[in-house]
Parts: sequence; structure tokens; C-alpha cells
Amino acid sequence: MIKGYPERLIDENGLRLDGRRPDELRPIKLEIGVLGNADGSAYIEQGKNKILVGVYGPREIHPKHAELPNRAVLRCRYRMAPFSTEERKNPAPSRREIEISKVIREALEPAVMSEYYPRTVIDIFIEALQCDGGTRCAGIVAASLALADAGIPMRDLVSSCSAGKAGGEIILDLFDLEDKYGDADMPVALMVNLNMITLLQMDGKLNPMEFEKAFTMAMEGCRKIRGLQVEALKKRYQGIVEREGTSEFDEEGT
Amino acid sequence: MSITPKPSITSILEQNLIMELAAKSRRVDGRSLTDYREIRIERGIIEKANGSAQVSIGKTKVMAGVKLELGEPFPDTPDEGVLTVNAEFTPIASPTFELGPPGENSIELARIVDRNLRESKAVDLKKLCITPGKKVFIVFIDINILNHDGNLIDASTYAALAALLNTKMSNFEVNDGEVIFKDGNQPLPMNNYPVPVTFAKIGRALMVDPQLQEEDIMSTRLTIGVDKDGCICAVQKGGMGELEPDDIRNAVGLAVEKSKELRTLIIGGS
Amino acid sequence: MRISWDDEVAIYTQRRQLVTPGELLAQGEYYPELNTFKEKDKIYSMIVGLFDYRGNRLSVVPLKHCYIPYVGDLVIGKVVDSGMSGWTVDIHSPYSALLPLTEATSRPPSIRKEVEGILRIGDLIKAKVIAFDRTKDPILTIRDRDLGRVTRGKVVKISPSKIPRLIGKKGSMINLLKKESLCDLTVGQNGVILVMCKSPEAEEAVIDVIKMIEREAHTQGLTDRVSEALRRRIGSTP
Repeated sequence: MIKGYPERLIDENGLRLDGRRPDELRPIKLEIGVLGNADGSAYIEQGKNKILVGVYGPREIHPKHAELPNRAVLRCRYRMAPFSTEERKNPAPSRREIEISKVIREALEPAVMSEYYPRTVIDIFIEALQCDGGTRCAGIVAASLALADAGIPMRDLVSSCSAGKAGGEIILDLFDLEDKYGDADMPVALMVNLNMITLLQMDGKLNPMEFEKAFTMAMEGCRKIRGLQVEALKKRYQGIVEREGTSEFDEEGT
Repeated sequence: MSITPKPSITSILEQNLIMELAAKSRRVDGRSLTDYREIRIERGIIEKANGSAQVSIGKTKVMAGVKLELGEPFPDTPDEGVLTVNAEFTPIASPTFELGPPGENSIELARIVDRNLRESKAVDLKKLCITPGKKVFIVFIDINILNHDGNLIDASTYAALAALLNTKMSNFEVNDGEVIFKDGNQPLPMNNYPVPVTFAKIGRALMVDPQLQEEDIMSTRLTIGVDKDGCICAVQKGGMGELEPDDIRNAVGLAVEKSKELRTLIIGGS
Repeated sequence: MRISWDDEVAIYTQRRQLVTPGELLAQGEYYPELNTFKEKDKIYSMIVGLFDYRGNRLSVVPLKHCYIPYVGDLVIGKVVDSGMSGWTVDIHSPYSALLPLTEATSRPPSIRKEVEGILRIGDLIKAKVIAFDRTKDPILTIRDRDLGRVTRGKVVKISPSKIPRLIGKKGSMINLLKKESLCDLTVGQNGVILVMCKSPEAEEAVIDVIKMIEREAHTQGLTDRVSEALRRRIGSTP
């Protein structure tokens, strides 16, 4: 565990504190269908981040007055477990968690075809069990898989990744120390196949050229992550479909 | 829990009008896509605050007040003063604002203002340290929305910045860890002047400073904060829609230009 | 079927391939049907499922979805609330169903006690959907032959997307189940199946086989494995 202020964030070989190249993602592990009760669920590990997402719905909404006549309502909660960080996190929802819940919901809204289920709710619960930077992006990646797992129609998967600047370099997928002691962090969410941005935030300091470089790098990261998302979905469902050769849904009835 | 909000209903007739105009790079109130409404700034209107300002953008009206208090620093920044931003959506400002604890919109607003000021290092917090790890000045910025006619993010940040520039703190000296206040005032030590530029996407058009009617039908909102060096210091996409990558590139370019004239206006006269 | 591989008109995926949300299925003169959508001239999948087409109409067969009622569907649900005008019924759908008093009896009772005499909270019912358009909750009726309160048997719940497979082509699968097990089966379109057999053991065996059909719905040779499992578990002669 590295404690305190790191001397430098990029070493003489151009490598980062965890040995990555500037444009390298952390190792990512994705699992789908990990919870018994949820209609859809997914788990992501990205470096030390460990995040679990459960989706319930579409289901009846309570209180009833929150329903919308022409579409399903999305409800999203991003929550950090009290034990997820170095210092214990107070379990009461922080302003940061409230803001992140909102931007994650807004990152998923353009993808979910909510018009198919008017007057219902789709609940998305994101539990950050261990946090090491970039949890909102990892949460979006897992949430979009959990939505797909729940069979909810979507225009595209939402893929998400951050880029930023640390040690004078533009870098991909910042982990906690790089976020804290670096110069800038920019989380991006992209619907890759439609080429549409659904989340963009930035804090720090980037000149317009650096901004462009980081933005392009983050989108490239999203494209790589989409590949992993599709792989995870296929791994989850291919077994069901092709346990013994080709399917035979031609034999199906109505 | 963040929940899909109930949309405010704009008549289809008005929606169509705004969309059709946007497609021709025009707007209902005759502005171009890159024009702000008239901005007015009044400074020092609350004598009991250390600093204050009221900013109007068109009919939107926001007041910001600054209060300084002594307190403890954060453990991870023991040698820096503390900056906190709070925003109240008071029910007098809009029929859609309700009483109760701050909702996600006011929290998001406060955090965007905070991000602009913090990331650009607007206030020189190092100069607000008295005894490292023990005693520092806390800068409370409280934002009161008085009338909501769109673009609260820009109005609030301009008001906060103008209030900081208007802030007077007593002269003081530190004796054995104790603060002794003396006669006379000094301005708050400032390093930077972040200026956000907020865009609304309507149809395929991107327009600055959306008024309420435009916000009600916009698909997406995008705020680009630019510091005095022309660097980007804070960005936030909001709303339930999406943006093309080129929208963001265009917005960044435009925000860098636009922020220069806005900064002159906000600093000028302080 | 027209498939060309030039840039303008093409199908990018083979029939029965597993596809994911946002996956490009085809470009050009094709029509999006079930679970697909078109943006500009491209057709994408909106769910995880199996790609299929008929002529130039593209669709994706879902592997999992929730139950959306259709008029005429037979459903099995649970009474969860009652009032003077009728009952609320949980039919395992995003929309809870209403069973109006007038659809339960031809002689509406005048006092509450009599309402409870017809159906009580917790009762399972076989019912038919008589109205639904997603703007109002679905309306049920039990005023028909074979509808009403379920008094015996066991229920099993499977994904509604697997119901077509359980029924099989022209009812082949469900008829096989009934024939081999000698049990009475009622299939609710909402994924709830009522199994009534002579012995509890037989009911358990049939439920296991139904779960197997759900699990292996999209695999080859399922019919053979179902007959084999039934013979092994119940021991009836073919």
C-alpha cells in the first residue's frame, strides 16, 4: 500500500505507479447474473475497484405518483460501502454519492428504451464495495450489463472510462492516487456503436489540446471496454444457447 | 436515489417553434446561439456578509454570500483553508421548487460551482492557514436562487466568484497559534477566476445560456468551466440526452473564447 | 431472401447467433421487428437474444423478458388486495391486474363479507386477460369454464420467454409432458404453470422437467431428453 504523497506519478520509463503504460486500462473482470433475486445483475473488478450492480424491474412503482404515463422511470442509487475506502465512509448518503447517482442515471437514460414500459420503474442499485478511483465509470459499465441481463431493451450498451493527466502525461483509467495527486480526471461514458456521449465530467486543469487528447483517449478506452462487455454477455449466455450445438427455436410454438 | 424527473410540459407548438428556430441557428428571444442574455452584477449588497454579490442573467437572479469562520482543516490538506459551497433552491424562485432538504439538483449545482472554484484554485487556500493541522479559515459560500429563468449554473458561479472578489477579511496576526484580529481589512487572496459557459443541445444545435423555456425542451446540458489561462477546469454534462463527440469539441472551443469577455465583466468593477 | 454483401445492403449476423444490445444486425432495405430498432439505415438489436429473420424482416428472440399481458392470455396469479369493487392480482408482471367483481360473479354481493367469500387475499386464480393497453392496468375475468380459484396442485414459475418452448410447435412439448406424466398441466402465459398429478412425487418430477425445459430451452434434442427424463422419473410406459 502506498501511503502519503507519491514522489512521482510517472517513472523514468514512462510507467505509472502500478506499472501501467499511460494508455493502458487496469485489468478488468466482468461477471453477469451474480445475484439470485435481482432481475439482472453484474459484478465488475477493475484494478482494486469491486462493484456490484443489481437491477429490479420493470416493476410497479411506489409511490404511485412518481410514475410517468409514457415511459418507465429510472431510479438509480450509487452507494459506497462504509468499508470501501481507507477511512471508514459514513453510511449516510454524501453529496458526492447523490451527484454520482444522478450523473449515472443520466448516463443510462439515453440507452434505456424506457418507452416500452410506461408507468413502471426500473431500479438500478450500484454498490461500490471497494473503491480505488473511477468507480462511477466502473459502475456504469456493470449497470449497463445488469440492465441487459434483466432483458431491458437498450439502444446500445453504455461503456465508460476515465482519462486525465498525472505527472505531466495524459493517462487512461486513473486509479485513486493518480486521481488524488494528478492534475485532472475526466470520466466519459460512450454508447460506442451509436458514437454518442452520455456522461462527461472533468475536474483539474487541461489546456484545450490536452483536453482533446484525454477525451479521445477516454473514448478509445470505452471502445476497449465495450469489447469486454460483449465478451462477458456472450460468455454468460452462449452456454445456455449452444450447450449442445445449434438451437432449435424453429420448433417453438406461438 | 436519483429518479427520472417529471418533465415540465411545454406545448408542442412552442416546442416546434424553438426546434425550428434552432435548426436555423436562431432563438425565440432573438439571440444568436452564442449570445448571453444581459448580465448584471451588483456587489457588496449584504453588509453583514464578508462578501456578497447578486447576478442577474436575463430574468434569472442569484445571490451569493461569503462568510469566513475559523475552524479545523481537512486531514489530507492540513496546511490549507477550507472552501465549502452550498446552494438553496428557495421556493420563492420557482413554482417547481419545493421546501425540504436539498435535492439532487441543488447538490449538483453546488458541486459544479465548488468544482470550478476548487479545481482552478481560485482562492489561495494556503494563505488561509493559521496553524497547520489545527486552525484555518473556512470560506463558506452560500448561494440563494432568487428567480429561476434558466442557466442557474453560470449565474451561481458568477455570483460566487463576484462575491469572493468582493470579500473582505479583517487584518490579523497569529500569536502562539492564536489569531488576533486588527483594524482594517484585506481582500481574500485570489489566484484564479474560473468562468463556466453552459450550453443546451436542442435538435442538433448547441446554444449558450439557455433560458428556462429552452432548458425545458433541451435534450442535454453541457457546462465547460474555463480558468484565466484558457484551460478547462470543470466540465459537467447534465440531462437525459446524449452528445456527439464533436458537440463537446465545439463547446470547448467556444467556451474558451466566450469565457474571456464574461471574465472581464465579472472581475470588472470589483 | 436477399442478402448481398456490398456496403449498402447487408445482414451482418447469422440466424440463431447470440446478439447483444446495440449490435449492428443489418444495413439497408430491412425492417426492424421484435426487439430490433432502426437508426438512419442501420438496424440494431435492443436486447441479448438470438437473431432471426423472415424475408427482410429482422427480429431477436429474447432469452429473458418480463411478462407483458395480452388480451386473451391465460394467466395464473395471486390475489394480493381486495376492495368493494374487486381484487388486485399479482400476475408476475410490471402491471398488477384488476379482477372486477362483475368479472368474478354474476350476482355482485352487497356486503364485504360476501366479497371475501368469493376470493380471499392469498388465493391463486386461473384467469383470462380481457383488456390491456399499457396505459391502464390489465383487467382479468374468471367467468369462464376452467377459470377461478385454484384449489389443488403445485405451481412452478419460469421465465415467460420460455413459455413458447414449453408449449412447443403446435403444442408438441406440452402434449408430450401431459401424455407421459398423466398429469393435468395449466400453462399461464405469465410464466406460472399449475401442475396437478395423482401423487406429490409425480408433481415434483414434472416440475423438475419443466425447469429443465426452461434451462435448456435453446438446445438441440430437448424433446428426446424430456421423454427420457419423464420415463425415468415417473416410469410410465410410452
